[in-house]
Amino acid sequence: MRVHVDSSKCQGHNRCYALAPELFDVDDLGNAFELNDGVVPAGLEDKARLAVANCPEFAITIED
Amino acid sequence: MTDTVYGPVTDWATDFDHGAPEYNNNIHQIWDDLKAAGCPIAHTERYGGVWLPLTHDLVKEIAYDPSRFSSLTPVVQQLKPSEALLEDPEALGAPIGPVPPISSDPPFHADARRLLLPAFSPKVIDPWRKEVEEICNKLIDDMGDTDVIDAAVQYTQHIPVLVVAQMVGLPLSDADQFRGWVDMVLGGIGAERSEERMAQFMAMDEYLTKHIEAHIANPQDNLTSYLINSEIFGEKLSPRHVFGTILLLIIAGIDTTWSGIGSSLWHLASNPIDRRRLVENPEKISMAVEEFLRAYAPVTMARMVTDDMEFHGVQMKKEDRVLLPFPAANRDENQFADPAIVDIEREENRHAAFGLGIHRCIGSNLARLEMNVAIEVFLKRFPDFELETSEQVTWSTGQVRGPRNLPFRINVRA
Repeated sequence: MRVHVDSSKCQGHNRCYALAPELFDVDDLGNAFELNDGVVPAGLEDKARLAVANCPEFAITIED
Repeated sequence: MTDTVYGPVTDWATDFDHGAPEYNNNIHQIWDDLKAAGCPIAHTERYGGVWLPLTHDLVKEIAYDPSRFSSLTPVVQQLKPSEALLEDPEALGAPIGPVPPISSDPPFHADARRLLLPAFSPKVIDPWRKEVEEICNKLIDDMGDTDVIDAAVQYTQHIPVLVVAQMVGLPLSDADQFRGWVDMVLGGIGAERSEERMAQFMAMDEYLTKHIEAHIANPQDNLTSYLINSEIFGEKLSPRHVFGTILLLIIAGIDTTWSGIGSSLWHLASNPIDRRRLVENPEKISMAVEEFLRAYAPVTMARMVTDDMEFHGVQMKKEDRVLLPFPAANRDENQFADPAIVDIEREENRHAAFGLGIHRCIGSNLARLEMNVAIEVFLKRFPDFELETSEQVTWSTGQVRGPRNLPFRINVRA
């Protein structure tokens, strides 16, 4: 599984970083990006899905 | 006050009044009735003409379209933007607006916002946790041991004001003064524009001007000096830009978070099962906060129509205002399962409490921190409390909604 933040949609709500700091980080402006090329380590799939389900701008996608 | 200067509302679909106490007191019923009557966009001739879209789709479409919907007037008051500029010719017009960057449109907006973003990023805000905890504990210490407290007057209203004051460098002893001004600016949108009110506005203006001048003379390590020394497009910010942004930080940072904390505590006082779940499982508080933000989102923003146009079947005119009720978007059944039910463990929660699009609340990380800590500390110190039913809870008026008194009976102290 891989996650991806669309930087043109992200407005810095910071939900993904708060819910899954293992998968996402934020820059100095508060904009999010995926860590480790978006690869979701085994066991963190639910956290990835939670981040997607809590992004108000629908900026995060998952590829299986 | 029961009515605004416009008198009693005759029909919420065609004559609504977002500044009337009745609106915030019955807000969920009013939206439900409008939607049930097949009215996704209500209208009023009050305040110079205002539209009220109620669905998530409409709110999102407007928030994402700054060319047709300008941010010049985030608060819908009695004067239209052109009339307000005539009264105060020194105020900033489009695209900067009176309180940049919330009142600014692209492309100016992005640069004005970028100046502020680093000061409110998660990694800068997180270290404020200890300070907020101390503020909250001190407020509870000061309550003494009476059985009945007012959690709004003795707790929620003080927390954001003390944090913002420190960030901007305002003396804490003046906190009550500027909280009063903020309440006047936001809560009095439908009140008579009396000489007394105008004098209050002047006093606030003079106070902030002196505050900025003092920082020009003696720079400090705070956001006021930071703004004075900042540059945009290779030049120092204009004095009016500095003034407008500091005014914004004070206005936007106080009433909003005060309301968010208050609505959350009101819910916990009225729902003992949820209160017990959070007392026993404090790690669930952060998720519950998101649900309180969804269900009781305090802030409705506004836009101004830039040109005559048809929009989803209604004829909008240039300079009409459009309210952006993020709280109504948060209760849209097409976006949220069982939106009327407050489920503190809701897993899918794309709520729009902090807005959508380019104007996402810049203080959202701070607001979340304050809400989380305020609830954690309150539940820790008062694991059992309930509404004192003999007293009525009153809600604020205007575009920021929250309880202004919270009579609680404290059953258990820890």
